[in-house]
Amino acid sequence: MKVMVLVKATEDSEAGLDPSPEFAQLLEKMGKFNEELVAAGIMLGGDGLKPSKDGKRVAFDGKSRSVIDGPFAETRELVAGYWLWEVKDMAEAVEWVKRCPNPMPGPSEIEIRPLYELSDFEEMGTPEALKRHEDLRKSLER
Amino acid sequence: MAARETHEAIETVFRIERARLIAGLVRLVRDVSLAEDLAQDALLAALSEWPGTGLPDRPGAWLMATAKRRAIDRFRRDRMIAEKHAEIGRDSEAETLPDVEAAMDDDIGDELLSLIFTACHPVLSRDARAALTLRLIGGLTTEEIGRAFLTGEATIAQRITRSKKTLAERGVTYEVPRGAERQERLSSVLEVIYLIFNEGYAATAGDELIRPALCTEALRLGRILANLLPDEAEVFGLLALMELQSSRFAARQGADGMPIPLPEQNRGRWDHLAIRRGLDALARAQTLGGANAPYALQAALAACHAKARTASETDWKTIAALYGVLSEVMPSPIVGLNRAIAHSMAFGPEQGLRLLAEIEHEPALREYAPLPAARGDFLYRAGRLDEARLQFERAAALTHNEKEKAFFLKRIAACDHQSGEASGSNP
Repeated sequence: MKVMVLVKATEDSEAGLDPSPEFAQLLEKMGKFNEELVAAGIMLGGDGLKPSKDGKRVAFDGKSRSVIDGPFAETRELVAGYWLWEVKDMAEAVEWVKRCPNPMPGPSEIEIRPLYELSDFEEMGTPEALKRHEDLRKSLER
Repeated sequence: MAARETHEAIETVFRIERARLIAGLVRLVRDVSLAEDLAQDALLAALSEWPGTGLPDRPGAWLMATAKRRAIDRFRRDRMIAEKHAEIGRDSEAETLPDVEAAMDDDIGDELLSLIFTACHPVLSRDARAALTLRLIGGLTTEEIGRAFLTGEATIAQRITRSKKTLAERGVTYEVPRGAERQERLSSVLEVIYLIFNEGYAATAGDELIRPALCTEALRLGRILANLLPDEAEVFGLLALMELQSSRFAARQGADGMPIPLPEQNRGRWDHLAIRRGLDALARAQTLGGANAPYALQAALAACHAKARTASETDWKTIAALYGVLSEVMPSPIVGLNRAIAHSMAFGPEQGLRLLAEIEHEPALREYAPLPAARGDFLYRAGRLDEARLQFERAAALTHNEKEKAFFLKRIAACDHQSGEASGSNP
């Protein structure tokens, strides 16, 4: 299964690159970790993201499209980096994430989200799934 | 205070470390079965200790150290028994005990590589190599391998046991082969990985959920190998081929399960990250001087399709040229057939028919539905509808696949429709 591994932002990552030797050390440790991921054959891709002040959002409402400039509030809900991994199951993904060096100087979080697979969509069209959907719709209408 | 670890977490750690653990132990004890037993002992030790102590900082090193202690205990015990029987006992311990420290200092990558070469050893049959590789390197259970290959678990278990025995009996050395032997052994490794991939890719029957997992596993093995052998062009050629083929997974079947031919696939459903990885690996193979080797050539063919934004943008001239090289490097009737198809697309249906004439008497193609299907397609495009119809009828009669048959019947109907329009008569 494929998982997207999201490194959540903190005040530090939102401040941008940091010239301190601690940060250089963190990058080096992260580089070693990336090598392990490659050696294990699970790494499909990944990158770090610039702070949200460099980003933009596009808000959708009917036909309207409005562009909002960064930075964005709710720092801890933002994403500072990601990987795409191919793992056997969520347990393996969790174990690899635990091996990740601290991604931020302070407390931080990494979120693991499985990607939809072809089989999820195949299941969607089955009579059982359609019936579940219909039942849900009826219960909401009530 | 370390967190208490659940059994599930410990088993996951073990699964991640297993291949490297066994690889290191095989180097030490020179026996695959014994190495597996020792690894299993180490897992049991972890399951009893880690829930109390928490995970060690380097769990892989802990497991290896534990397994090696067990190995030494076994050697001592076996030697004592042997000495008692032979009543010699004058050898110094250092001479007969394996050099544990030296084995531990060995390059771990080298150990894993030697395990891969061992599992893919040419003394074993192809099926046995595939099963052993999936078991030792992929860490699949015999039950999973059995389901994937549509054979019983017992058959696979027996196949693996017999392979390990063969390796021991034939005195296979657990080293990374060097020199001339290396190329031959490497082709065997690549062949096994591609066999595993195709077993999943060409799935026409069986458990649809587990079979794609074989492709995933083959890709993972390919990536591990590429990391271990960064200068071997064909490793990257194979990796590129697998990445590019797998990029079309989601697009190659319709909602009704009907196969969708490449030109009609929705290119938006191709996995463009996989294509990117495939193209990178292909570039690496070419940089290493392996552009004209079989896997790299096949990858280059897949890349021509992957790079075309629409079917009509496909670079058929390059594809035709690549098939020309491939038919010299890896001549086969199937390559010849594909070459004819490529030429028909690049230079017109007459060119395709001309090339088909060169291979149509090949015994391997006598009952092969794609041959009349291709000829029917060329004739259809050349406007020779009656002849095309006969070829599609033959293809429909030859295929064993119901969905393919339906496809040929549709093409017969198209011939009838076209000739009706051409003559202007009403049916």
